[in-house]
Amino acid sequence: MPEQISKKIKNKKKESPVILKYIVLTVAAIFILFPIVMIIFGTLKTRGEFMTVPYTLPIPPNWGNIKRVLTMPIFWYMMRNSVLVMIVTTVGVVVVASLSAFVFSRIEFRRKNMLFNFFTLGLMFPVTVAILPIYLIIRQLNLINSLTGVILVQTAFQLSISIVILRNFFMSVPFELQDAANIDGCNNFGFFWCVLLPLARPSLAAVAALTMVTSWNDLLVPLVLIDKEKLWTLPLGTMQFQGQYGMDLSLVSAFLLLSAIPAIIFYVFAERQLVSGLTAGALKG
Amino acid sequence: MNKKVPEEDKTIKLLSRTNTFTWQLHDNMTIVLFLLPAFILLSIFLVYPIFRSAYYSLFNWKGFGPAVDYIGLENYTRLLTDNIFLKAVKNGTLIVIFSLVIQLPLAMGLALIVGRNIPGRAFFRAIFFMPYVLSEVITAIMWLILYNPNPRRGFLNAIINIIPNLEPQAWLADTRLVLPAIFVVLTWKYVGFHMLLYITGLQNIPRDIEEAALIDGVNSRQMVTHITLPLLAGTIKTSIYLSIIGSLQVYALVWIMTRGGPVNASEVMSTYMYRYSFVRFELGYGSAVAIIMLLISLTFSVIYLRLTRKAEYVT
Repeated sequence: MPEQISKKIKNKKKESPVILKYIVLTVAAIFILFPIVMIIFGTLKTRGEFMTVPYTLPIPPNWGNIKRVLTMPIFWYMMRNSVLVMIVTTVGVVVVASLSAFVFSRIEFRRKNMLFNFFTLGLMFPVTVAILPIYLIIRQLNLINSLTGVILVQTAFQLSISIVILRNFFMSVPFELQDAANIDGCNNFGFFWCVLLPLARPSLAAVAALTMVTSWNDLLVPLVLIDKEKLWTLPLGTMQFQGQYGMDLSLVSAFLLLSAIPAIIFYVFAERQLVSGLTAGALKG
Repeated sequence: MNKKVPEEDKTIKLLSRTNTFTWQLHDNMTIVLFLLPAFILLSIFLVYPIFRSAYYSLFNWKGFGPAVDYIGLENYTRLLTDNIFLKAVKNGTLIVIFSLVIQLPLAMGLALIVGRNIPGRAFFRAIFFMPYVLSEVITAIMWLILYNPNPRRGFLNAIINIIPNLEPQAWLADTRLVLPAIFVVLTWKYVGFHMLLYITGLQNIPRDIEEAALIDGVNSRQMVTHITLPLLAGTIKTSIYLSIIGSLQVYALVWIMTRGGPVNASEVMSTYMYRYSFVRFELGYGSAVAIIMLLISLTFSVIYLRLTRKAEYVT
């Protein structure tokens, strides 16, 4: 009987035209990869080549554009600022969110649900919607033109989703573990630090990956809070660079490619964490 | 999710926590200390600014000095009768509709193909999702180059030039084409994300249900329409909700590619708000726009929560 069933299933599978599926997938993949390939071609051409023969393979490759971008001090300022903002924001979000998630998943108290609703307010609206109010408060706090302001805002807006993701995971850790730790003389912080966090590493990684991408790609917060050129982050600087060198498309391409490379490297190494963070955040939020 | 602790757990808890009073105190301290950092950040950067904005939205205020010129709800009446704002709302709605009828079915189709054990699925999945990690700034500039009206520079027109009977288009400078052109870019960037949501949803469908259906002689089309899609209802709701919230959030793409032009043809609420707040510095009026946007996203969030909570009770 089971054999028959599996045969039947196999037959059904054979019915669906596999070639058609691959055609669909290939067309979609070309659509996705196409702009990226064009940027790589553009980068490896001189400005003149980009104007006259933009769609041919860049042979021989011209490394001049890449060299030029890499020798611009402003590029390295932006890189440094972006890395700095991303790291501090990520550490901040992971620490602050896991503390709150611990309380919401492990301790019973009155008005817990009400308080939890308050902590997940950030799920209700994106930072874009609230950017003007944020600008006003940052101005009041005298944090305009400081990376601290950018970090604080990005951290605050990433908290709600991270708390939800971490709370869901923390709740799946058996309560017996906590009791055992308590009997062994471990207080709440001891349990949190020595038992829960090591167990929660995958979900911490997911939250970190999600925060890193969000922070790295954020344009609006730095755009509104930062004027000083030396404090520009990569997305902000890329936008200004395009405005300034818009005519030299091969140089713009090189700049785009170089500012995308960190994100792509990150993606290759942390795809799984990022995906689990995104889906956990979206589907359980 | 946080159901009551079962009885036996409670007794263990009592046993372990011999001195209940000390534990109570300890728990209370933990609650306060652990929640404080997040509470402060959320209050200062989320809650307080919104009340502040609601207050400023009642003033004619250029952002310098205290707001003194109280005008009541005038900003709101001006806003709701401004044709450009209404155009922005209409464009936002159109983007949502495009997403619902084009982007989400596309994502679903890809998920149905790639979510199953077809060889090479990890490779394709990785490609489709890649644009999500590229910033909107990079995406916008990349497509700006592709959409260049000059066929010698913009690839799209170069292709169109080859095909007979088709004329090169001024994509982003044409009031009729600009919104679809932006929508193509949005699809490019976000279709992979929605695909991922559906793949996760698909993986959560118990295998036995589908196998049972196969034994009952269901063909693959019936399978999708009668079994897979209904079981994915929750995921579909989430993905619809996220595209609605996402369309309120579209800022960088539109601002970099068109600044909302030509003649406001691609204006969306966020670019409108940005222009009034940070280009013209009419902060009172900008605040009113922000409050309206907040109300819209709150409304959809509440509707979404209602819908999904109800679904949870049913299952």
